[in-house]
Amino acid sequence: MRVDTGEKRGFADLPALITRMTGDEKHSAAANSTMDVLWVLYDRVLDIAPDRMADQDRDRFYLSKGHGPMAYYAVLAAKGFIRESILDKWAAFDSPLGQHPDRVLVPGVEISSGSLGHGLPLAVGTALGLRATGRDQPRVVVLVGDAELDEGSNHEAIALAGRLGLERLTVVVVNNFSGTHGWPDGIAARFAVEGWAARTVDGRDHEDLYAAFTAPHPGRPLAVEALIKPGGSQ
Amino acid sequence: MTTTTATTPTMRETFARTVTEAMDTDPRVAIVLAEISRDLFADTALRHPDRVINVGIREQLMVSVGGGLALAGMRPVVHSYGPFLVERPFEQIKLDLGHQDVGAVLVSIGGSYDDPVWGRTHQVPGDIALLDTLPGWTVHSPGHPAELIRPLRAALAGDDRVYLRLSTRSNAQPYARGTELAILREGRRGVVLAVGTTADAVLAATEGADVTVLYAATVRPFDGPGLRRAVAAADRADVVLVEPYLRGTSAPHVSDALADLPHRLRSLGVRRDREIHAYGTPEDHDAAHGLDPAGIATAIRAFLGNPGGPTW
Repeated sequence: MRVDTGEKRGFADLPALITRMTGDEKHSAAANSTMDVLWVLYDRVLDIAPDRMADQDRDRFYLSKGHGPMAYYAVLAAKGFIRESILDKWAAFDSPLGQHPDRVLVPGVEISSGSLGHGLPLAVGTALGLRATGRDQPRVVVLVGDAELDEGSNHEAIALAGRLGLERLTVVVVNNFSGTHGWPDGIAARFAVEGWAARTVDGRDHEDLYAAFTAPHPGRPLAVEALIKPGGSQ
Repeated sequence: MTTTTATTPTMRETFARTVTEAMDTDPRVAIVLAEISRDLFADTALRHPDRVINVGIREQLMVSVGGGLALAGMRPVVHSYGPFLVERPFEQIKLDLGHQDVGAVLVSIGGSYDDPVWGRTHQVPGDIALLDTLPGWTVHSPGHPAELIRPLRAALAGDDRVYLRLSTRSNAQPYARGTELAILREGRRGVVLAVGTTADAVLAATEGADVTVLYAATVRPFDGPGLRRAVAAADRADVVLVEPYLRGTSAPHVSDALADLPHRLRSLGVRRDREIHAYGTPEDHDAAHGLDPAGIATAIRAFLGNPGGPTW
């Protein structure tokens, strides 16, 4: 296996990078459910690069669903934010990579997460901050899980972002139907009723994901519901 | 303690004016509200519509928005009534500020029990004890509106985590000398440390007593060296701690400051042993918690003895 050759990585390399990390089985499905979404974002959507982390005009990606971050770390490694060799020591005491990401430890990680329901409210604040400083280009993209939406803090954020028309804010809900009580009438409808542009796509289809992330949604925040078949098999 | 008269700007008004002045000159400064005090910033919002952010009655979001603003390079001021700023969104304070390694200026109003007619829901004697579970917080508990301005300006210019605890109550005059302990009175029999709005009651309670009275409006970091100096100048290492919030909140800091000295400590403050299911006035609650001059005097005499003669 190659180690830090700097060779350009592709989507097909992600499973091998993930296997360099060992985690409990509980997180494996969660990691895989996000892999396609993460890849499309980092490969084609986000205006971000390892050497731009101090650039206030960069796009931000907030991984709110911090459980199962292996796909996230794999993408960060593939895109050069972290060295591939650190994947091997993940979750060790002196490793920057834990089972929940820590922005203080990992270059490229924008927020520390783990407790659910924090990423979207933080992203609302960042979107407001970028707007207040006259930066109308950077996007703030948050990834949440369908069960994470159980947390009431999300609904405080969904309502306000809709009312304020935070166009540069995007939420992608990776929906693998893991919530116990579910969302009758669908998750996208919860955002739409609050004034968001809401789109539901196949969470494994890269072209559909790309189109959903990039089609215009003037004056409204964007919610992309990425459907993943239960089990998150890959 | 007295209630500030109409001619003196209250802490809340002083806070709004100081933040507004900063917003007019520093584009980093933004204020995040959850409806409470929105009228105080209505004019400011006309000038800075993107930097006066009222999230509605959504206190978790209020704190998280503060964290998100800080991540975008802003200097957020987050403000509400005490229980809804510190207790309800405590995990947001822990994770969306501290754990993200970003700063904010948190400003509460309502003291521990400024408005007892509203009952327990609007009391927050445990705010500083809660913040003590988190690293990196500077905490101010001013006892007079004038004591608010300097630490607030410093906080607005910084990027760290700062909590200011405001009250409608006030000492008759400011006593603070910077962030170190101020010496209000010198004596031999022991040291009484009065925090914030308790100072006038402590001065009244110790009238004629041969004790040193210290005063703190900044409680974190705790001025341990200042306490040590005062204790060293007294005959005995006896300390009475009088705080306007949960009893003994700063006791660990006193113990740390005097760790190598045999010493005694008596802590006064809002009682921990039971909830007072009662309305009334702040003065009623002072009495119920032993924070009125009579209660403070009784506790100090019982602890230090009666060294001053007939009255002491």
